Amino acid sequence: MGIVIFDGVAYGMLLFLIGVGLSITMGLMNFVNLAHGAFAMVGGYVAALAMSRLGIPFLPSLVLAFIAAAIVGAVLEFVFFRRLYRAHALDHVLLSIGIVFVSIATGTYFFGPTMQPFTAPSWLQGQVNVLGMDVGAYRLFLIVVGFAVLGGLLLLVNKTRFGAMVRASVDNQRVAAALGVRVDRLFFFTFSFGCGLAGLGGGLGLGMLGLDPSFALKYMIYFLIVVCVGGAGTITGPFVAAILLGIVDVGGKYYLPETGAFLIYVFMVVVLLVRPHGLIPKKGLA
Amino acid sequence: MSKITLSSKQATGLEVVFWLALASTYFLMPDKLVLLSQIFITGLFAIALDIALGYAGILTVGHAAFFGIGAYLAGLLAKYGWGEPFSGLLLALLACAVVGYLLSYLIVRGSDLTRLMITIGVCVLFFELANRLRWLTGGADGLQGVEMWPIFGLFKFDLWGKTAFFYSLGVVFVVFLAVRLMLRSPFGLVLRGISDSRKRMLAIGSPVNSRLRVAYCFSAAVAGVAGALLAQTTQFVGLEMLSFNRSAEILIVLVLGGTGRLYGGLIGAVIYMLIHDYFSDLDPQYWMFWIGLILIAVVMVGRGGVLGVASKVFRVRRAE
Repeated sequence: MGIVIFDGVAYGMLLFLIGVGLSITMGLMNFVNLAHGAFAMVGGYVAALAMSRLGIPFLPSLVLAFIAAAIVGAVLEFVFFRRLYRAHALDHVLLSIGIVFVSIATGTYFFGPTMQPFTAPSWLQGQVNVLGMDVGAYRLFLIVVGFAVLGGLLLLVNKTRFGAMVRASVDNQRVAAALGVRVDRLFFFTFSFGCGLAGLGGGLGLGMLGLDPSFALKYMIYFLIVVCVGGAGTITGPFVAAILLGIVDVGGKYYLPETGAFLIYVFMVVVLLVRPHGLIPKKGLA
Repeated sequence: MSKITLSSKQATGLEVVFWLALASTYFLMPDKLVLLSQIFITGLFAIALDIALGYAGILTVGHAAFFGIGAYLAGLLAKYGWGEPFSGLLLALLACAVVGYLLSYLIVRGSDLTRLMITIGVCVLFFELANRLRWLTGGADGLQGVEMWPIFGLFKFDLWGKTAFFYSLGVVFVVFLAVRLMLRSPFGLVLRGISDSRKRMLAIGSPVNSRLRVAYCFSAAVAGVAGALLAQTTQFVGLEMLSFNRSAEILIVLVLGGTGRLYGGLIGAVIYMLIHDYFSDLDPQYWMFWIGLILIAVVMVGRGGVLGVASKVFRVRRAE
């Protein structure tokens, strides 16, 4: 049971890493972005390529994944998303579905429809003994990285000037702009950063989620659940939601294999019934 | 640029021409009758989505759930002995109306994002459910053995799709008239009002949530009828009828034709299915690429689909 919870937490950390960028952009820009998984996919493919073709070790590949996904995000924000901030949510949905379809097709064209092979670096293989349990080293690494990113993000958002501007814009965009916050530049950087984090998550997920061109579509619902259940616009909300989701999913698949993936949708519907704005919503909505 | 004005009579004339043109495809494209039936059915499904999306303003990418439920129910009814076509339609209509109404309580709460999530989640949930209940639905292999009795006891479903063509065209026409009646009634006006400005409707005392629930229920029922039609005319029900891909596809169809306009769904279906058929020998991945690009283009150009463009050129003077 301890292992199941551990694995669930590791899985949840991955979902958090990819989903936190989505939460900030949804809370900040009110932009329903179903294509967030595509950025994770970009990061995953860049990391996989860097490791297999260029022989770059794991950690620098992850950094490359972050940068690549951030660049793609920046370009897309500049060309497409920027023009649609005031548009109806339907337009956001359509644009992001279009981007998902294009990214799946492009992925298949360049990389083929099969899963990307991945071998973890030697220092992450095998098991480590933690609190009397033998846990996978890779998953332990995921949990450590997850907590590190959580800590870093909370520091960034709560203790820096940039973070204060982000929080102000999430709370009330117009007043923040009236106070001199350059909201459009903020969107640009935040969106790129969020996509970079997704890319990092995609690269880390190579060993646990796998990577094939339909990744964006397969896991789209998971990221959306994390943000929706956690509460768009906060960081701790998606963290809690991701951990819960990871545990429910892994636990469900382990203990009740017939119900399988079913359980998380029931979980989502129940939570949304009770708290329609998520577990930890942004200010002004609770 | 001033618009070309059509009188009400001319607009009705255009509608008659449209339906006659649809019916005449029986003679013009006699080897593509199955495709034509599917165009009509897709058109009906798109109209159902339009009620929820275009008129009631409920953002949903999960409508295939009702399409699939209607299809499976009609298929199961026929498979287990009662192959009368209209009963299958009725069963699908009633069941989807009930499910739609129950779900609508979830739909009207929360923000756009919550609504979107719940609709997607419910759709995927039903997909998983159908996948798991392999003994009932046939799982990934699909539901086979759907045997339909002749319509009115006279017209058997044949291999060329002749009966299916007139059956689907007839049902789509009748349901279209019913939907049009509903949307032109005071109820339809309330929906339009809610779509325009929810707060003002609340301010004048309109029970907004209750109206939205009824609209969603209606939309679900029509989608169920469309699904049942597909099951009956193709005598097969596949898992993909419940999938997110199908929901996304019908959204694309509707947006192509134009949301919030009666004929948007039908026109979008005609265009989309014809293009799909033309390019059907292409690798599905390339199709996804082009559809994605078209979608991005439609959004960025932002003119509201075919009918949206048409409305910038033509104007119909409604009789007072």
